Amino acid sequence: MKGLLKLLRWSTGITLLGCALFIGFYGLSASSIASGYKESHEEGEQRRNRFGFASETNPAYQEECGGCHLAYPPGLLPAQSWTVMMSGLDEHFEENAELPEDTRLEILNYLGKHAAQAGDKVLRGSKDEALTRITELPYFVRKHDEIPEQRVKNNPGIGSFSNCDSCHKNAVQGDFDEDRITIPGYGRWDD
Amino acid sequence: MKAFTLVLIVITGLVSTNLQANQAIEQLQGSYRNNGATSFEALDGKALWYSEQNDRSCTSCHGTSPIAVGKHRKTGKKIMPMALSVNPERLAKAAKIEKWFLRNCKWTLGRECSPQEKGNILKWLKQL
Repeated sequence: MKGLLKLLRWSTGITLLGCALFIGFYGLSASSIASGYKESHEEGEQRRNRFGFASETNPAYQEECGGCHLAYPPGLLPAQSWTVMMSGLDEHFEENAELPEDTRLEILNYLGKHAAQAGDKVLRGSKDEALTRITELPYFVRKHDEIPEQRVKNNPGIGSFSNCDSCHKNAVQGDFDEDRITIPGYGRWDD
Repeated sequence: MKAFTLVLIVITGLVSTNLQANQAIEQLQGSYRNNGATSFEALDGKALWYSEQNDRSCTSCHGTSPIAVGKHRKTGKKIMPMALSVNPERLAKAAKIEKWFLRNCKWTLGRECSPQEKGNILKWLKQL
């Protein structure tokens, strides 16, 4: 009887352990598939995906910044903007977003490495190299000038132009393709 | 058989996260005690959760109940429930809990929370 009980305990233990391992590995494989971008060309040492943004993701960036808002593709702002942004995290657009120093540096390094470069289309017409609001980039303003402001700000499904992924569903991958825009409450956007 | 395995997997996942959360809370409460806190009171934690200053409160973003999903008052992003009973994943890592206490106490109260206050909140979230 005792032997049987022992065997039962042992097998339950093994099953539970097996399940825990399975869940762990499943989670890992699922997240690595989700972050695998298609790459179309290489530019210097920087790999960019087919939308022109960095294909390299950073888990700390996704976790810390993506925890509160879309983890904006780093290529939407120049390096100096990111440096300014990451130097004032305790007053981050009226929010406290402080990070431990090592995490802050890791993220800043990632953002700097993949920041917008001189000549990138997102920087066209931009004079302020330390601008921190993506929505104030002349390129951004130009691209959204046909959208009535009220349709965004008074829209419970959006609220602000900074919530890119309300309409650009694949924004996190840097996909801002005009053919794939859906405005909540209004449907597909036809330019 | 397949369904049974699936159920077992889900249950195992929940149980292990729950265990992690309990350990993380115990670990933090231990260190709070070493830093001057005495015994923790869930009701004091609850009172702090609902207290309001300068139009700011925990509920501004977490919503009225820690059992329900909240909504960030500015970004509109969904904020998952905080109660251990419904979402142990939120409390599974001590470092993560401390990071959010630092950020959110400063935003909400304009200062860091004391070890006593943090322990009280955790006790309340644990028993909800």
